[in-house]
Amino acid sequence: MATLHLEIVTPEARTFSGEAQMVVVPGVEGEIGILPDHMPLMTQINPGELRYTTPEGEHFLAVGSGFLEVLPDRVSVMTDMAVAEAEIDEKAAEEAVARARKEIAEKALAGEELAFVQASLLKSLAQLHVKRRSRH
Amino acid sequence: MANTRDIRRRIKSVKNTAQITKAMQMVAASKMRKAQQAALAGHPYSEVLNRVLVSLRDLVSESAHPLLVARPVKKTLVLLVTSDKGLCGALNTNVLREAATLDVGATDFVASGKKGASFLARTGRNMIADFSLPDSPSFLQTKAISKFCLEKFLSGEVDRVSVLYPKFVNTLTQKPVLVPLLPISKETAAGHDHDDKSAGAQFLFEPDSDEVLNAVLPYYFHFTVFQMILDARASEQSARMVAMKSATDNAKGLVKDLTLEYNKARQASITTELLEITTAQMALA
Repeated sequence: MATLHLEIVTPEARTFSGEAQMVVVPGVEGEIGILPDHMPLMTQINPGELRYTTPEGEHFLAVGSGFLEVLPDRVSVMTDMAVAEAEIDEKAAEEAVARARKEIAEKALAGEELAFVQASLLKSLAQLHVKRRSRH
Repeated sequence: MANTRDIRRRIKSVKNTAQITKAMQMVAASKMRKAQQAALAGHPYSEVLNRVLVSLRDLVSESAHPLLVARPVKKTLVLLVTSDKGLCGALNTNVLREAATLDVGATDFVASGKKGASFLARTGRNMIADFSLPDSPSFLQTKAISKFCLEKFLSGEVDRVSVLYPKFVNTLTQKPVLVPLLPISKETAAGHDHDDKSAGAQFLFEPDSDEVLNAVLPYYFHFTVFQMILDARASEQSARMVAMKSATDNAKGLVKDLTLEYNKARQASITTELLEITTAQMALA
């Protein structure tokens, strides 16, 4: 079966680099499924769940916002967060959600800071979403 | 021959200095490891970002986004990255020497770091902003700086934005470099292995090319500035560690020389004393 080279990078590290059979990415316009020989595509991604399939099985990651570049044989995901399902700390994510909600409700945040807190809220929600869906 | 007490006092003070520089060396070494790690961690990310940018740059025309348009350069904005503290060898001097060669009339400066700011004030350059950052800055903190520069460029006040910073080569070498960042040109993103796979390919943009460019280009700029500042921090700590190590070594050498001198003086005074005693005895006998 044909494969594509998938690369997931964050400012902190290269999270994944290897061959995959299929990738599903949370794009700004909805989920995008990518198979090998996809048309070149450039888009933004939203915080959410990223899935990729390798011969070993399906893998789930929680990702933050960022960019996606698709070439026929290569997919590059640039995001500010990428956490594998197994590494997500549900409790910590829940606390982060509560803290962010509280900050937005109580403090009069504006501009950059508000955007930052909102972004971290979305990221924590994405982590929870990935962690919980795999349980059912 | 110097007085033994004076020599003893000097040995003591040099030893004290050595102790301080040794401590600073240790601190800088541990900070250096952290700073180097932070700077290196972002490399894969900026590599991919650069690659994407190069292929994007080939696909869209120059007029597609204001950040891509090269205007005739009347005014340049230089972001000058230096350290806040001294005692890091020739690091700041080298960067500032480079800064001194820039055309005074056609250059506005934005300083990050106290050393750079005081240099600009002292030499009467046109400094339009001065930002201070902690030892390990976050993306959000450096974004305040890059956003300021971006706005100056977009408003047309400056026609080019460059960054002057000490590039981290390795622990022993840091090189001051002036990197033009805006407008984003092929040269800006070049220097990275560019494979031609994407060239000429028909790219799909989602939702559309404007939207994607609007997001990617400023982000690219912010991230590159962030990466450069982290690099400068790694340079600073490495330079400080090396400078403090050589200071400690010098102090040790000095203590050795002084100890030799001290022993000579001590020996001489004992000899004189013995001579006096024998002479006195002979005179009595």
